[in-house]
Amino acid sequence: MSSVLIHADYPVEAEDYTRGGEASADIKRKLKQLGVSANVLRRVSVASYEVEMNLVIHSDGGVLTLEVSPEAVWLISADRGPGIPDVEMAMREGWSTASETARSQGFGAGMGLPNMKRNADDFDITSKVGEGTTIRMGFRLA
Amino acid sequence: MTIKDMVDILHARVLCGEERLDTPVYTACCSDLMSDVLAFVNEKTVLITGLANPHVLRTADMLDLKCLVYVRSKVPNDEIIEQADEQGLAVIATRETAFTACGLLYSAGLRGVPIEWPESEEAT
Ligand SMILES: Nc1ncnc2c1ncn2[C@@H]1O[C@H](COP(=O)(O)OP(=O)(O)OP(=O)(O)O)[C@@H](O)[C@H]1O
Ligand SMILES: [Mg+2]
Repeated sequence: MSSVLIHADYPVEAEDYTRGGEASADIKRKLKQLGVSANVLRRVSVASYEVEMNLVIHSDGGVLTLEVSPEAVWLISADRGPGIPDVEMAMREGWSTASETARSQGFGAGMGLPNMKRNADDFDITSKVGEGTTIRMGFRLA
Repeated sequence: MTIKDMVDILHARVLCGEERLDTPVYTACCSDLMSDVLAFVNEKTVLITGLANPHVLRTADMLDLKCLVYVRSKVPNDEIIEQADEQGLAVIATRETAFTACGLLYSAGLRGVPIEWPESEEAT
């Protein structure tokens, strides 16, 4: 086990479009202070914002966790439901069930999940209908 | 060109960042879909949009964008403009439509952000 430099939990409320994105802004600030390279900083920021907004738009609420070790940055999103019936479908570019509200706010292109996968060095999603969705993303620092 | 040149070309109004108008700009993108912007933009560029909500600013923050151009006279509220100013953005607004604004800027030499297509998409 390597030492943990940062561990921070950010609760994210469902449908909170006003505060949605604040966790990602804070995560970016923290990583910048640590001196993380511009490339990693951008990839983590984009993935973090996408996963945070998915919690706001699609979930019943959850927690976004940031963990930093000397080797890697980890983002873990864990929510209370409703879960994704078909994960393979959800991973496709352009596939979205976003509400009208979400669309009017600039979301719902169906690009979030594929975009996270593309930006992270490590991407893992597990979901169970009625239980919730967990996404783990790793970004190598070395 | 600089942000100041864009202001002239678009007959735009400067909403904030008057002191940043000398910033050079080389590329731009135009979208109202933030996750599209987040997916395809990988450099500090200009965002041309009609979407006047806080998520445009959050997107700009995540990507370190330097200038927002509001088209069709869409103007964000004072709170958003204040926040944009704090973030170090220049925000300008034009009466032109997105299509015309893009055309004018392209004719003047501004180009689209280079896009990296994922390998899996090349054939489709
Ligand atoms: N945390 C989640 N809980 C439940 N469903 C989810 C969750 N995250 C994603 N989904 C489902 O997966 C679909 C695809 O997600 P993705 O982020 O790729 O696109 P989107 O959020 O709909 O649009 P965009 O991200 O482009 O704004 C969503 O429309 C939704 O149906
Ligand atoms: Mg999404």
